[in-house]
Amino acid sequence: MDVLYFAWVRERIGLPREQVETRAATVNELVAELVAREERYAAAFSDTTALRVALDQVLADFDASLSGVREVAFFPPMTGG
Amino acid sequence: MIVRVQDASFDAGEELNAFSAGAAGAGAVVSFTGIVRDLAGGLQHMMIEHYPGMTERAIAEIVDEALSRWYLTDALVIHRHGKLAPGAPIMMVATASAHRADAFAAADFLMDYLKSRAPFWKKEVTADGADWVAAKDTDEAALNRW
Repeated sequence: MDVLYFAWVRERIGLPREQVETRAATVNELVAELVAREERYAAAFSDTTALRVALDQVLADFDASLSGVREVAFFPPMTGG
Repeated sequence: MIVRVQDASFDAGEELNAFSAGAAGAGAVVSFTGIVRDLAGGLQHMMIEHYPGMTERAIAEIVDEALSRWYLTDALVIHRHGKLAPGAPIMMVATASAHRADAFAAADFLMDYLKSRAPFWKKEVTADGADWVAAKDTDEAALNRW
């Protein structure tokens, strides 16, 4: 699936998007896989309460299922307006 | 309804005139324009990042929600991204209705939701460096009004 990062999450991880091969069933499982990869992921995901996640461009929870999801995006709380 | 996500600047006066002309007969038009401010002093520019695709989709859903809650004849949302100078317009909403109260309430609702539910992130760049603007608890709390 495609995994996208925005704002300081993108900066900490060092890239805006990547293809991830995963069998993670939920967002939390995907996060655990990413965190286990490298320190920069651990730094970005150190406090998931400070993050938001969107599944196929719709806001979701971290315990949401990834079944059928093609695009996952992680970002800080939004600051539009 | 019109939703525009763009890096180009816009003229809020021209936009309001065009919107009002299209809303002829509505009776009431309310508009709000957000402008890059420099509260602390020393702001060189603001960078606004967004999530192409989700941005348009999220704004359209917010506008649909407003249309379902209030009697509106039309609505306009413009939101910029990219590099913005102090004093530049960031975003604008306008609502048209037969009723003043509906036009005001819907514009207020649109602002609250655009702030916390549309995928934009602001970064302030000064001579000392750059900082992401943190979301405020009060922004989230504002959604509970609705």
